[in-house]
This record gives sequence, structure tokens and C-alpha cells, in this order.
Amino acid sequence: MKVDEGVFQGIWTLGEQREGNISITSYELLAWGRELASKRGTSLASVIIGYKVKEKVADLIYHGADVVYVIDHPRLQFFAPDVFSNVLEKLVRELRPEVFIASATTYGRTLMPMLAARIGTGLTADCTGLDIDPDTGLLIQIRPAIGGNVMAVIKTPEHRPQMATVRPRSKKPLPRDESRRGEIVVKEFPDELYMSRIGFIEFVKDKTPDLPIQEADVIVSGGKGLKSAENFSLLYELASLLNGAVGASRQAVDMGWIPYSHQVGLSGKTVNPRLYIAIGISGAAQHLAGISSAGTIVAINNDPTANIFKVCDFGIVGDLFEIVPILIKRLREYKDRKEGEQSV
Amino acid sequence: MQIVVLVKQVPATDKVKIDEETGIMVRTAAEAELNPLDLYAVEEAIRVKERVPGTEITVISMGPLTAIYAIREALAMGCDKGCLLSDAAFAGADTLATARTISAALKKIGGFDLILCGERSTDGETGQVGPSVAALLDIPVLTYVSRIRELRIRDGSIVAERVVEGGYEVVKCSLPALLSVVKEINEPRIPSLRGKINAKKAEIILMTSKDIGLDPSSVGLAGSATRVVKVFYSTFSRHGVIVDGKNPEGAVEKLLRFLRERKLL
Repeated sequence: MKVDEGVFQGIWTLGEQREGNISITSYELLAWGRELASKRGTSLASVIIGYKVKEKVADLIYHGADVVYVIDHPRLQFFAPDVFSNVLEKLVRELRPEVFIASATTYGRTLMPMLAARIGTGLTADCTGLDIDPDTGLLIQIRPAIGGNVMAVIKTPEHRPQMATVRPRSKKPLPRDESRRGEIVVKEFPDELYMSRIGFIEFVKDKTPDLPIQEADVIVSGGKGLKSAENFSLLYELASLLNGAVGASRQAVDMGWIPYSHQVGLSGKTVNPRLYIAIGISGAAQHLAGISSAGTIVAINNDPTANIFKVCDFGIVGDLFEIVPILIKRLREYKDRKEGEQSV
Repeated sequence: MQIVVLVKQVPATDKVKIDEETGIMVRTAAEAELNPLDLYAVEEAIRVKERVPGTEITVISMGPLTAIYAIREALAMGCDKGCLLSDAAFAGADTLATARTISAALKKIGGFDLILCGERSTDGETGQVGPSVAALLDIPVLTYVSRIRELRIRDGSIVAERVVEGGYEVVKCSLPALLSVVKEINEPRIPSLRGKINAKKAEIILMTSKDIGLDPSSVGLAGSATRVVKVFYSTFSRHGVIVDGKNPEGAVEKLLRFLRERKLL
């Protein structure tokens, strides 16, 4: 839709639920949206589609929403992209939000591009920053480009809504405030709109309860220098001492030492832990692109010229097979001591 | 069965070097390759072809004329036909204009049962074009597919697994459909010599905005809704402390002190 096709107002966020439970990303988005709504001087809404979710939507208001649009129907129990995008399209065309943001989860990353294409508006993926331009009131969308070495500032000047996705866990939800008041609007559509060509069969939970790297506060990552799949056990040991997850470079994944879900970088996952420890990783541009927003980067590598040393906060040039076992030993002692102190 | 694979030519990230002073990626046009994540879509199409007799695979890409090399890479692996959407008017397209162009071409070509694409490109990294194309064609989309369980040709449906947070979903959908696939789905083959020879000989159809029937104002930069208004370099260099690990005990001691100072322990 073009900007001159009517009045567009309000900041919308795409709420997300699974089995009727509201996901934390819905609240994170409201934290993003709250800032935008105050700057723009407008209201903040959350849109949530599902089944038996109606009873729980007050939580969205307690976390910052002024309005919650709920579409609740037995046919909406499972995510059917065609139906969900049809529902959103109807809603957007009727209510005309100025901005619509979603989390870059598999849900948001599927639904938002479908909606943007249908509406005929822009969508910026994986923003690391969102703001309101004080002069024009436009949404400023900031995202890494060209391998994460460059940041691009993007605007959607003439189309509405201005749409963007942001990375999950890129902002903490606002504190729950039960005194907040808001409006809950239940929207209903004719049954035909809920007919899908996609049928849900089952959900199979991951067998390995590994902490997903995108959610980890600490990541211990290994690369070519690890030399074998077996040696990744060192990393698992170190990670468990730090309550962290294990990541890997593209080479380590390509060698089959560790599954793809652990891959960090442009061709894998972008991560933003408080602490990232790169072990035996040289630091190819494509890997560095995935860790630029890490709080602290530690590198252990035997090649003093490795790129990783340019981007780390603390580096040890040396043999990882000497250093990591000592680090594990010392951390274990440290932990035991700390636990000892606590029990006293 | 008619399969379409959507591919993109991207700068070869492995060969990219960072300029030490500016922190900018240094690359030349020659260092381009078929988007590595598209290889999985190409491979999956070929695997279907090996199972289902009479299957034909068309590779479609939008890009400059040099993108013909990316199409030939896919043909060398075992695809049958190529189609390049190329026009000066297509330049500078965002994902909306790209999806509009590709879906219009697909409507023109018609007759497809299955469209496969990679999860995202390694340069733009949006993963938006696939779902957008499906929405514009009004066909079902399955994203993040890690396995095709069943392809029921007779009843025109597909059963697949799609990776989501914390596990995977098993879903069924009707054909034609668009599937975006992830790395776990297969291991792409290396093109054979015979494949390479076939790829060289294969005809690649060229389509312009006129052929597709789109007005130049609706494609490329003119048809894009987003505008890059500024680019700034985040010189990603932290000038950290580097210690010599020849004395491993001492180095670890310094690391632990550093982590405590930053309250990371």
C-alpha cells in the first residue's frame, strides 16, 4: 500500500504463541515497540493468532501493549502460513498500522515476507536497531550488510506499513506491570478464510537438549584447529562449566565434526552472547560477521596472524590442547571454591 | 513432474578478504559463485528427479548476465534447463521487487508442481524472497524444510519436516508448493565431467521485464519499497589484549583475571 492511500497509524508487533502459550519474543517486541510508540506519539499493539490463547492476552498488556488484536479459532491451532498471512493481510488492510515489526523466528521470518509481498510494502530483515526519524517520522531500520562489515540504514519512505524483523533476544521484555490497562479486540473472520492447504501432522522435540546457540549467554566455539569430532568434548566440558553452548566454524561443520545447528557465521547463525570464546578458529570474514555483536570475545589460536586476534578483547597465542585443559581445570577449581563459599 | 529451483549468484564469501585498514570486504566481480545455500535446493530437486521418472528441473535466477555462471553450476549438477531474468531495469531490487519479478516470470512459465529454494542468500541474508514469491503466486509455502518424507504424485501432495525452534514439525501440503530448504536436508553432489559438458551446451533462456510483462516502474530500484539511505562501516576491531601462550598456566591466569574484571565469571 502506498502512503497516500489513507491514514496509517500505530505501531504493531507480531505476537507469537505455541500451544496457546505466549512466547517471550512477543514481550521482547513490545519493548522495541514501546520506544518507537513513545517517540512517534502513538499507540502500541500486539497481534496474536492462535487457539485458546484469548485467556492469556492480558499478559501482553502488562508487558507494554495498549491494544491486543486476538484472532482465536480451532483452525488456528497450528501455524499454517497461507491462512495466517491471509488473516494478517485482512487486518492490516482494515486497520492500517504505520509500522509492523516481528521477531526473526521461523514464524516471523515466514509470515512477514508473505504479508509484505501481499500488501506491497518493504520489509527489512534482522534489524539490530530501530528508531523514529525525528524530522520525517519514518521508521529507521538498521541492519548489517555485506557480510556484517557494513551497517545499512534503511527506510521505507512511500509504502505502508513500514515492516521489519528484529533478532530474538535482542531486547529484554519490560517488567510485568499488572496495573497497566489496555484494550483487547477479538477479531473474527468468515470460516472460509481459515481453510488451509497445509496440514499439521506432528511436532517432534529435539532429542539433544543442547542449548540453542542463539539463546546462549556464553558460547564456546571450535574451528579447524580442533582437528577432530572427539576433541569437541573439550569444548562441551568448558561450555558446561560456563553454563554456555557450543558453537563451531563453517569448516568444523563441513568436516562433519558437529551438526549445522551449531554453526556460527554468515552461513550459520548470528549470535549475541555476553561472552564468546573462539578456539582454533582463524576468523574468516564470514565467521566474524556472526559474532560482531558479542559482548566480549576471547580467542585461543596458535597462529599469531589469525584474523580472530584483530577482533578479540582477549587473545592467547598458543596450543589450544595445552591451554584449554588448564582453563577447564582452573575453572572447575574456581567453581568448587565458589560453591564452597556459598554453602558456608 | 516439473520442478523449478530458484537460485542466486553471490560474492564468494570464502574468498573475501577484509581490508586491514578500513575493515571493509575486498572483492571483485570475478569472485562470484552460486549461493552455497542454494546447492541444497538444487540437490534436492535432482534427488526427486532420480525417484520420479519424467521429472524436469528448470533453474531460474534473477541477476546480471554473469549470473549465467551460477545457473550453469546448477545445470552441471543435473538440472535440465536454465532461465535468467536479466534487465537493466531489474537492478537495485529489494526483496519485494525481486519477488514480484520472479513470481511474474513463474506465472508466465507456468506448469510447475514444486518450487525449491535455499533458506537465504549468503549476501543479502534476508530469506524473504522464497515466502514472498509463494504469497504472490498464492501457493502454499513450507520454510526451513529439512526432509521431504513423501511425495504423493497421484494425490498431488507432499509431506515434509520443517525445522523450528526446539524441534521439527511434520506437515503435509498440496502441490504446487514452494519449499525453502535448510542445510540438513542433504549433501550436495560435486558436478561430474559429463554434467559440466551438458551444462555448457544447455540452452539458457533470457527474459527481460518486457518478456515477463512487468512495467519497469514495478521492478528493480523503481519498484522497491525500501531505500538504503546510508551505509556506515562498523570497523569491527577491538584492539584486545594478546598474551603469549608459551607459558599456558600464566596465560590462563591472565584470562581468568580478565574475565573476572568484566564480571563474566
